[in-house]
Amino acid sequence: MSFAEFISMGGYGLYVWSSFGMTALLMIGEVVILRRQRRTIIQRLCRMSRIEKRPGATP
Amino acid sequence: MAINWFKYASPATFYPLAGRMIPWFAWLAIILTLFGLYWGFFETPSILTDQKQYYRIIFVHVPAAWMSMWLYVVLAGWAIIGLVFNTRLSYMMAAAVAPTGAMFTFLSLWTGAFWGKTSWGTWWDWDPRMTSELILLFLYVGYMALHSAIDDTRRADRASALLAVVGVVLVPVIFWSINCPDPNQCAALHQQSSFKGVESNILLAMLVLSIAFWMYSFAVAFMRVRNIILERERNTQWVRELPEVCE
Repeated sequence: MSFAEFISMGGYGLYVWSSFGMTALLMIGEVVILRRQRRTIIQRLCRMSRIEKRPGATP
Repeated sequence: MAINWFKYASPATFYPLAGRMIPWFAWLAIILTLFGLYWGFFETPSILTDQKQYYRIIFVHVPAAWMSMWLYVVLAGWAIIGLVFNTRLSYMMAAAVAPTGAMFTFLSLWTGAFWGKTSWGTWWDWDPRMTSELILLFLYVGYMALHSAIDDTRRADRASALLAVVGVVLVPVIFWSINCPDPNQCAALHQQSSFKGVESNILLAMLVLSIAFWMYSFAVAFMRVRNIILERERNTQWVRELPEVCE
């Protein structure tokens, strides 16, 4: 099986790769979004704790 | 040995536990996905010859469809536990599972459209199973929309949990929606099928990818529940003292 044959999937390449492509895109995208969300949350928590530790800050 | 399960019902103890489990489930998901894809593409060419190659769509279609239904059962299960025991973590788990379930529901419809176009000649049809799966997508979206529409988190938890529990009646409907005794009598495209009729290499790829998607769901739900815990517990001492939150 050559690479071109593999991509063409017997003429059904568009259908097969659209299915697998969307699945890969969404599953990887979900992980990327969750990791970014976690970074943002932790950054905000850091900012909050710095503000509270400032001298003269009212808790 | 008696395990005190309620100990893990506290977000403070569950947060690090979930963190430790994520890599295990993630690696299982990656290894099983690679194996399933390899088997589906390179151990099946003798069966899936030229005109049958579109058949490979089922390697993602069936696992996505199974996960869409299973994750709804999990979501409703956490909702019931939350309503009965009033544990915050159960509601957080329910909220953590929903977006992944919605994603798999969308994927089963998306991949199903490409399957339908190749094997039935249509992108969409109001076949009982496709229609009920579409309603499942609306249920997931409705659960998430209702939760985010109510400002008071505890009220949002309870209201959306109730919606999730009521909606679970749809899952058996989807599951048995293929029970059409005579294909000539009803317009169902999905027909009753059994594992016995499926070639063993195809079945193996399909089952391995299903387990892979399941492991993926665990990993992603734990990642999301940790984010939810951090957001909701941000004013507590234990969150402030976490090593990942800077001094």
